[in-house]
Amino acid sequence: MPALRRRLRWPGWGRVGFYLAVLVVLAVSLFPFYWIVRTSLETSAEFSAGTTSLLPAHLTFSNYTQAFTQADFARPLLNSAIIALATTAVSVFFGSLAGYAMARLRVPSGPILTFILVAGFFPVLAMVGPLFLLYRHLGFLDSIYPLIVTYLVYTLPIATWLLRNFFAQIPPDLEEAALVDGATRLRALWKVVVPVAVPGVFTAAILSFILAWNDFAFALSFLQTPSKFTAPLAIVNLGQTQNAFQVMYNRIDAAVVIVTLPIALLVLLAQRRIVSGLTAGALR
Amino acid sequence: MTTTTTAPPARRFRLSWSPRGGSDRLRADRRLGYLLVAPAVVSLLAVTGYPLLYNLWNSFHHENLTDAAQAHTFSGVSNYSKLFSSSDFVSSLTRTVGFMVVSVAFETVVAVGLALVLHKAFKGRGLVRAAVLIPWAVPTVVSALLWKTMFDPRNGFVDYLLGVFHLPGAHTTWLAGEWTSWAAILVADAWKNVPFMAIILLAGLQLIPDDVYEAARIDGASAWQSFRRITLPLLKPALVVALVFRALQAFLIFDVIFIMTGGGPGTTTETLSYFNYHAFLVDTDFGFGGAISISLVVLSLVIAGICTRALRPST
Repeated sequence: MPALRRRLRWPGWGRVGFYLAVLVVLAVSLFPFYWIVRTSLETSAEFSAGTTSLLPAHLTFSNYTQAFTQADFARPLLNSAIIALATTAVSVFFGSLAGYAMARLRVPSGPILTFILVAGFFPVLAMVGPLFLLYRHLGFLDSIYPLIVTYLVYTLPIATWLLRNFFAQIPPDLEEAALVDGATRLRALWKVVVPVAVPGVFTAAILSFILAWNDFAFALSFLQTPSKFTAPLAIVNLGQTQNAFQVMYNRIDAAVVIVTLPIALLVLLAQRRIVSGLTAGALR
Repeated sequence: MTTTTTAPPARRFRLSWSPRGGSDRLRADRRLGYLLVAPAVVSLLAVTGYPLLYNLWNSFHHENLTDAAQAHTFSGVSNYSKLFSSSDFVSSLTRTVGFMVVSVAFETVVAVGLALVLHKAFKGRGLVRAAVLIPWAVPTVVSALLWKTMFDPRNGFVDYLLGVFHLPGAHTTWLAGEWTSWAAILVADAWKNVPFMAIILLAGLQLIPDDVYEAARIDGASAWQSFRRITLPLLKPALVVALVFRALQAFLIFDVIFIMTGGGPGTTTETLSYFNYHAFLVDTDFGFGGAISISLVVLSLVIAGICTRALRPST
């Protein structure tokens, strides 16, 4: 009887509670973004006066124009885009080759896969010292290109893992037909397997891009000239070159919003792929 | 029964691996396979295996850039004895482990709740999932600076909220105190990383068949009972994965610390990774830094081992 009563009385309240929970989730995830957008639309005078309301006093885009004119933020954005895109291309390419080999070509995938995944957990700060010495020796410091190779530690493990799982799911008969017709393995991979695996390749590319765009520690350690900085490093530098007594977050947050936008857009467009990529990467 | 949980992957790998050659094509396939695996393996060896060995070598030598006279000379275990007797190392290790335990525990509880919410079917669930994923996808620099703005004593939302409701703590300079700094770091870290854990757990939830719950409901189980007796045990594999990932990430925390507090006030929020960064790029002592790095690697392995062992099914 109590169970019956509960079922009769509670569904309404349960539903209200559930939607309240959804609201809380949305607020916690998104409100902080509103707050930096709001801060970035304030003039320095308004910002210095302190915050007294949830809404900005009036909107000014001067922080955004200043980010591009005074702070020359376009350069670091371009650097970040070049590095992230190049890292993504290399990881998807190397990851496809290795993933295909492990899914199909009878290499000992156990030990290799273990190594690749363990490499993905290697402490980043433990890499910084030796790579700093190496890059210094080779004259690679303060250049964005060595970062492409370095960032592979973020992207290649997950890309290889995803693509291997993806290739393993594709029925082998597809390439068998091509192979019987006299195609080489590589040709079959390129012409038959990769086109079928486009969703997997796409997922690996999106995750690689996000992870490469995210880096701070390597850029901080290896870059010295502001014109070589990546976007995250440039933002932090913006804060540290300011007056130490009051950090003008209205200026910084404009840059923060600019860096966030492409990522937010990517997530909105590819949410499903990112979720499937993260979970396939974790639970198999 | 521990063997049953570890055996399947090993068996699966062996299936695809037949070391004794077969026909010519199989042998050619394998040769091509090694060739195709090479770029990935070599580039990962270059950025992880090489630093590991170089650190090991450096840690037994004098490698301080400010001390050219002694450069590359053998130093025995002096870097390690200096490390283990350094109070900075011991205290940063304690702080790091403390942060790891507290943040992972907190984030796991929140992530289980979030996963349960995201698991329910409702209108607009895709959009909500996207909204939750954005904090995970933005660079750590963004999440750290965003929460630094939120905790700003005069322009932060936290300050505004406390002021509006006349609560104590308004105008707190959060990042000027040790524990308030840790609170801000914890919030910034959790905001970015809970979504990741929740997505992993969500995948785990989706593997649990609905009829199990249905059976429990018919037997008169309460919502709490079915969560405690069905959801949690069946979620264990996903929990292990999420915990290992997060524990290692939390143990190696650097970006958030560097940006929000710079290890301060004083050195009260300095973690092991920050300590290592300081040794390498501020003190330019690559021998001592190498010793820290080696300890970071060893401790990471220990943590991964503990997490996987502790959560193995016991029956």
